[in-house]
Amino acid sequence: MPYKLIVNGKTTTVDAPADMPMLWVLRDMLNLKGTKYGCGIGMCGACTIHLRGQAVRACQTHVSEAAGVPVTTIEGLSSDGEHPCQLAWQEIDVPQCGYCQAGQIMSASAMLAKNPKPTDKDIDAQMAGNICRCGTYLRIRRAIHRAAEMATAAKTAPSRNGHGN
Amino acid sequence: MATTTAVPNTPVKKLSRRSFFRVSAIAGGGMLLAYYMEPVTKVFAQRGPQAPLLPVSFIKIAPDGIATIIAKNPEEGQGVKAMLPMLIAEELDVDWKDVRIEQGDVDAAKYGSQVAGGSTATPNNWIPMQQVGAGARQMLIMAAAQTWSVPEAECTTASGRVMHAASGKSLGYGELAAKAATLAPPDPSSLKLKDKKDYKIIGTTVKGVDNAKIVTGQPQYGIDFELPGMLYAVYQKCPTYGGKPVSANLDEIKAMPGVKYAFLVQGGTNLTELVGGVAVVADTWYHANMARKNLKVQWDEGPTASQSSKGFADAAEAFSKQTPQATLRTDGDFDGTIQSAAKVVEAAYSYPFISHVPLEPQNCTAHYQDGKLELWAPSQTPQAGLQVAARTIGVDPSAITMHQFRIGGGFGRRLTNDYVAEVSWIAKQVPAPVKLLWTREDDMQHDFYRPGGFHYLKGGVDASGKLVAWHNHFVSYGNNGRFVASADLGADEFPARFIPNLSVQYSLIPCGIPTGAMRAPRSNAIAFVFQSFIDELAHAAGKDPLQFRLDLMDNQPLAATSGGGGRGPGPEFVASRMQGVLREVRKNSGWGTKTLAKGRGMGLGCHFSHLGYFAAVADLQVSPDKKIKVNKIWIVGDIGSQVINPGPAENLSQGAAIEGMSHIMGYEITFEKGAAVQSNFVEVQPVRMNQAAPEIQIDFLVTEYSPTGLGEPALPP
Repeated sequence: MPYKLIVNGKTTTVDAPADMPMLWVLRDMLNLKGTKYGCGIGMCGACTIHLRGQAVRACQTHVSEAAGVPVTTIEGLSSDGEHPCQLAWQEIDVPQCGYCQAGQIMSASAMLAKNPKPTDKDIDAQMAGNICRCGTYLRIRRAIHRAAEMATAAKTAPSRNGHGN
Repeated sequence: MATTTAVPNTPVKKLSRRSFFRVSAIAGGGMLLAYYMEPVTKVFAQRGPQAPLLPVSFIKIAPDGIATIIAKNPEEGQGVKAMLPMLIAEELDVDWKDVRIEQGDVDAAKYGSQVAGGSTATPNNWIPMQQVGAGARQMLIMAAAQTWSVPEAECTTASGRVMHAASGKSLGYGELAAKAATLAPPDPSSLKLKDKKDYKIIGTTVKGVDNAKIVTGQPQYGIDFELPGMLYAVYQKCPTYGGKPVSANLDEIKAMPGVKYAFLVQGGTNLTELVGGVAVVADTWYHANMARKNLKVQWDEGPTASQSSKGFADAAEAFSKQTPQATLRTDGDFDGTIQSAAKVVEAAYSYPFISHVPLEPQNCTAHYQDGKLELWAPSQTPQAGLQVAARTIGVDPSAITMHQFRIGGGFGRRLTNDYVAEVSWIAKQVPAPVKLLWTREDDMQHDFYRPGGFHYLKGGVDASGKLVAWHNHFVSYGNNGRFVASADLGADEFPARFIPNLSVQYSLIPCGIPTGAMRAPRSNAIAFVFQSFIDELAHAAGKDPLQFRLDLMDNQPLAATSGGGGRGPGPEFVASRMQGVLREVRKNSGWGTKTLAKGRGMGLGCHFSHLGYFAAVADLQVSPDKKIKVNKIWIVGDIGSQVINPGPAENLSQGAAIEGMSHIMGYEITFEKGAAVQSNFVEVQPVRMNQAAPEIQIDFLVTEYSPTGLGEPALPP
């Protein structure tokens, strides 16, 4: 069945079963490989995307639920790779294997959009759904604080990166 | 694993006489420097070809001076993709900003050993990689000296340029590369490597070379790879290890949406290669996996169906009351000494099987065409994987081309190439490229698990509080008198050699569960057991546990009985290095100087493995509901004279500490009817952000020993 999707600001139509998870629609039909498969049951966070600015697990989001709603993936978080999270993650040199980090960034960026200055406790609560098997949590935390600083510093700028809101 | 040569603990290694350079021109006027070397150690030698000569080619210099350096080893998050090229770039004498990194394909003839395992990359490559860079630099100097008709000795280099101070002349490497490529290469043993004080790249932090791609979601993992016309496969194996398919509802499956092929695979008996199962190949992975959910297979489960975790525990309990089957090591007189010991402690420790759970599930892409196979594989042992593929489909290894990817976590799981065997077989049956992707459930239920184990320990201290007697009945897993993979114990494993009256014996529980190396194999379990028991003995002796360890290592060590070579203590274990990290962590953590509130305490561990010495102190809190919270961990490591890339080294060590928490808290796998019970991140839980120690302080002691690896030794304490 055809569904009209709005992914990273672009409208496209896919022909897929209603209950096909967005994870596989994004990866194998739209060739957006940044959203990662880790568990398929919403427990690892590697496939985190934004649906209307909310962080959701793509493996638990049917294509029918995403139809007509703005979807943002890691590829569309910013037009130039310069979302504060993307910059901070590189500055702090967060990744080890890197496989979970797109999901981490999508969870973090959704949090920062609502809570621009999160405490460690906020971060613990918001990020507990994202597994990092390599254990880069300390650097993820630092990078979130750094991204918050960068975003605050850039707040006077007229335009904002991303589709987080 | 066969380890034939110990890495000498000396700052400078001698190169083989057979080492020599080779050069050839490359398209675009650049230069290609090839360098032949022998391996310093032959860890994992049984897993891949190890010809006596290993040709390696690494450097391309473009006319604009940009140096492209090949990263030969698999990158799984350990940072080797930056680390090995850093060694080359340092001696080449280029600025890091002018370096580009390329992942090498799988080619033993070109690159020598390509392995991510055993923390071997640093000890095996420290000198050879620097010599690759130094050799190229020397050839560029020769080219400049000839161009200017000046003596080579009057030329210097810096930032990718050769300079002649007397005449004021200088040329960039890019301008010299074409000429340099025509010159005879120098003898590597004639090359003088830089003094440590002159390092510009080694010892500085180089950030992950793929970070920009990672944070923008660019495809770079095996799971992301696509080919035109590619099909997707899933592979259903018998839940009971070693089971074979008898029949399946293939016609029904073939009629499902998108399914192109479905067939039985008979497979063999070697669990590390192709085992029997049912392949479903479809136009999308989603279709293949949906069809699989309707698969009905009749299995011949085989003998492992009689095995279970409950059965293993019962067997261990029974063994603990019997005379051990075999003896691993005997020193002095345990029985006599324990009789007269002032204090005797007995304890039983056990640890479960655990799964590696790398976040990227196993996958591999293959294309079989005209008798040739091309593979795109995230493997820690790609060269061995190529051999497995060749055996599986019955072609010569020369008919196989294999490409590497960044790996979404290995931890030892990808040392085994079973998924490579599966996709190779499937691809041979299908006239299109095929990507095999396992589900998380496949990954967790068909792992090569860190084997569990049981230690029945008895130790004694004398009236002065010295540890004088130690007995261990190690109940492990094995068949026909041989330990299963990674279930063994080194005869020199600490505290052996430091206790005068010691007896280590073992018994083996028959086991059909597939096992294998997991980050810091053996050590990841042994450290917990032995360090805990040493603590118990220290308390019995009324001694400070840290001082107790220091005192123990003051003993003159008894002879080592193993060849050593990096896996565990052998002749290369230097007690003073372990004492060094213990003293340093005592200082950093304020061990023994703090008064802690009720329910709060500090714990200590130290362990030597893979040539690295690590000690850790943890500040812990036990809540009224008996939950343990880690407030802070201090870790001190000694991996020799140089930490090559300090930022990632800190990250990797912090990750090791967090992984250690996961091992203990969340990774247990149990078995019923010879099959894994747990299947996903519901029953198996890696440590999450809110559980990780909020502070983990990493420090390294710089010692005079040649640099060694970090990924594994940081984990066990």
